Amino acid sequence: MKARVHIMLKTGVLDPQGEAVRHALGSLGFEGVSSVRQGKVIELELSETDPAKAEAEVARMCEALLANTVIERYDVELV
Amino acid sequence: MKAAVLVFPGSNCDRDLAVALRQAGFDVKMVWHKDTELPSGVDVVGVPGGFSYGDYLRSGAIAARSPIIAALRRHALEGGYAIGICNGFQVLTETGLLPGVLMRNANLKFICRPVELEVATTNSDFTKGYEPGARVTFPVAHHDGNYVVPGDVLAALRGEDRVAFRYVEDLNGSVDRIAGVLSENRRVLGLMPHPERAADEALGGADGRALFAGLASLGVSA
Repeated sequence: MKARVHIMLKTGVLDPQGEAVRHALGSLGFEGVSSVRQGKVIELELSETDPAKAEAEVARMCEALLANTVIERYDVELV
Repeated sequence: MKAAVLVFPGSNCDRDLAVALRQAGFDVKMVWHKDTELPSGVDVVGVPGGFSYGDYLRSGAIAARSPIIAALRRHALEGGYAIGICNGFQVLTETGLLPGVLMRNANLKFICRPVELEVATTNSDFTKGYEPGARVTFPVAHHDGNYVVPGDVLAALRGEDRVAFRYVEDLNGSVDRIAGVLSENRRVLGLMPHPERAADEALGGADGRALFAGLASLGVSA
C-alpha cells in the first residue's frame, strides 16, 4: 500500500518562498495570481495492508518526524 | 567542569565550539550522534552549528531524532545545561527542548556577517557575564533563522524573561527580533548567532567569551 502525505504551512504562517514564487510568476507575465503557498509531498511504500491501520501509522509518523506541527499541517492520502 | 559537543554528519562548528569551551576551562569530549550515552559527569552539552544531514526534510529535523538526543533529553530534564548554536538551535527546537521554529529567512537570503545583538536578559548562567542591555557582536551564518513561535508562547517567553538575545535591527524576520531563547529552567539556550566564532580577538572579536566564562563558573560538578 502506498501513502501520500501532503504537508503545508498552517494558515497564517507567512511563506516567504511562496511569496517569491508569486513575484517570479508576475515577472513572467502571469497575472492574477494573488497567493502562492509552497508545501511538500512525501510518498511512502508500506507493507501494511489494512487501510485504517496504515493511515493511523502514517499519522504517527507525521507527528513524530514528517511534519513540524508548530507551523505545518498534514493530510494523509492512501493511494 | 565537563562539556560534551555533539557531532552529526554535516556539523561544521563542532571544533570551534570545543575550542571556545576549552578556552573557558572546560574538559571537552566530542560525542558522535550514534552514541546513546553522554560521558559521565557532563555539565554542559553543546549542539554545534553546521548543516546536519544536509538540512534534509527541515533544518535540524533528522539530527533531532538521532540516538544521542535521547541522552541529551535526559540530561536536560535532569537540570543539565545545554547550548545549541545555529543548526544546534534548530535541533533543540526540533526536539521540543526549546519552543518555536526557525523558518527560512524572510528575505530568502543566506545571511553571513557579523551582527549586533542586545543581551536581552542577564538572568541566566549564559548571560550573567554581560551588563544588562549590553550590545555584543557575533557572526551569523544561516538560511533558516527566522524565529516563529505561537502568540501564547511568545507572551510566555517575554513574561518569563526568556528572550536571551535580540538582533538590534531586524535581520531575518524573526518575531520580536529574537536571536536566542532560554528554556523554562533557564539552563538550555538556543541562539542563531555564533558566540564561539567571537571568542578570540585574533579572529575578529571576543564578545562571545563572557558566555562561555559564565558557563564555566557554574561549579555544578563540584
